[in-house]
Amino acid sequence: MLGTQLTALHDGALPGVDEAVDLIAGFDDALVNGFARLGEERTAALVALAGAVGGTPLGPAAAEAAEKIGAGSISEEHLTTLAGARTALFGAVHDALLDRLDSALGRTRAAWEGAQPQSTDPLAGACRSWLAELAITGWRGVDHDLASAADQAIQNLLAEPRLRRLAMLLDGLAAELRASSPIGAMARLPARRWADLWARASLLTKTGSLEATERVSGRLLPLGVDIHEHGTAAQIQIHAILEPQGRLVRTSVAAAKVDTISGPFVWQLLSSYPVLLGALAKRLSLEITDMPLLPGGDLLWQEGKASSGPSSDPFAAARVQLSGASAPAVPPLERHPVRIAEPVFIEGYRSDGHTLQLDGASLAFDLDRLPTSGPLTPQLLKASTACIGLMRWDGGQWRLQPLAVQANVKKELLAVHNGDWAQGPTDQKVLKSYAKAGDPVAVLKERAGRLLRK
Amino acid sequence: MNAERPACEQLSGARVLSPVQPRKLAKVPFVEMAEGRLQGVVSSGSDIERVYVSSIIAGTHGYNCSTNNNRPCGGLRGAPCKHLWSLVEEAVLQYGLERVARYLRLEGDSAASLMHNLSGGPESIPAAVVFSRFLRHLAYLELPDTSEPIAELHWFPSLGAVS
Repeated sequence: MLGTQLTALHDGALPGVDEAVDLIAGFDDALVNGFARLGEERTAALVALAGAVGGTPLGPAAAEAAEKIGAGSISEEHLTTLAGARTALFGAVHDALLDRLDSALGRTRAAWEGAQPQSTDPLAGACRSWLAELAITGWRGVDHDLASAADQAIQNLLAEPRLRRLAMLLDGLAAELRASSPIGAMARLPARRWADLWARASLLTKTGSLEATERVSGRLLPLGVDIHEHGTAAQIQIHAILEPQGRLVRTSVAAAKVDTISGPFVWQLLSSYPVLLGALAKRLSLEITDMPLLPGGDLLWQEGKASSGPSSDPFAAARVQLSGASAPAVPPLERHPVRIAEPVFIEGYRSDGHTLQLDGASLAFDLDRLPTSGPLTPQLLKASTACIGLMRWDGGQWRLQPLAVQANVKKELLAVHNGDWAQGPTDQKVLKSYAKAGDPVAVLKERAGRLLRK
Repeated sequence: MNAERPACEQLSGARVLSPVQPRKLAKVPFVEMAEGRLQGVVSSGSDIERVYVSSIIAGTHGYNCSTNNNRPCGGLRGAPCKHLWSLVEEAVLQYGLERVARYLRLEGDSAASLMHNLSGGPESIPAAVVFSRFLRHLAYLELPDTSEPIAELHWFPSLGAVS
């Protein structure tokens, strides 16, 4: 990414985005207080949200839902429809942002060619009634009992691999609600976040998994790894360039966990993927054969269809191949600004550890997305001069989430990557505290082996 | 474009939970603040097959400790046993003193002073409920992993130590 591209990214407001976000904020405020007691102003906010999708096929249903809910007749169907309207609006914001980013970068993006299956799974239906209860009550009215009311339903979801997305989402939301209860006593509510999670969960209760549309072969050049984690889930998502096609792809593996397993220990949960983790730790390319690819650009990783290739420096790949690589389409239901995670390469900047400066333009680092499971630190960002990262947008601002940096440390240019510890920490100090803490995965698996099957 | 942080109300990625601090799990594999209690499971020092279920009620500070088969802990004679001490010590490591004290509604500047300020006495608390929550906790580690992308986890960035 060049200074001129960074300037182009911020050149002028995006028409309609602020207005759309205001409408969403109105809906989120209604959800804070609960749909059971909306009052005039909040009813108007729901009607306005429905009005914004008035010109779409969702329009009539959304208008009816807003009217009925405003009149106190609240059904699950109406709630799901409004969740859909909010999602559609954020989808438009997402598209405007991604278009701006793509044009600034000169990146070409494939058109969507997949299909979104529907689903009527009864296990998911059980969770929908909890989501309805939350919406009727409002976040402010959520107490410990309501926060925990779906625990059993979520356990049932977790046991069903097809519903893992919904299960991991709801488990994360429920944990936040439980820990925050009684929520009425909280000074500030994460209204946007919880409404996001609520709306996404509502739609996921009705949709099925995407199917692979093609099988691909070639050489993967990893750019970096993004790490996601909540108390009971961890996911690593590798961004890579697939050669010889020059396509940007991602591949992810996720595991369930407990809150006492975190930081560098999450890699151990994924030890059944030695080829993938080995490529991260040793900076290797990967040869893949007939790997299923989802229409959103996600490879469904299968160790049996992959082998380690020759070594590959992510900085070389990013410097030479990233600007010409083509990007995948975004699945329609995933169009939300939080999912924008576009790999970019920036070099020759000055950094104070929080913000980088390049040719008169500036960009903040996303320090909230700097995981403890890898060696990147704010100190390294400060000393860095080149970065492979993901462009993120939240709260009206673009930020750069670093995946790897080149930094001057003791007069030496070091390359440091998020995935460096994929096969265990390489830093002596971390290794020591790691050894001291014992191995939580092994301890809990021993306890599970002894106590679970009695 | 300024580097100031937007309000938490407007952030999709607003951080709600602080990461739990790493601790050795061998002695106290499970501790939680739930159902109005600080409760957990303490491995027996002498018998690898045995665990103790220890809990302290928030507010009233009644406590109990028994084996997972509901046999009362021998160390519980009018005063908290060593398992309850371990429970509180590890809870303070995991969640921080402030959170534990606030949840229990207890005052103290260390795990030990929390224990000294416990005003309640032994009280009947069902071990089975806590133990089954521990088993459910362990069951997470038995769930198969997946290579289906979980797009929803973009809302949950790995909890770094930076604030």
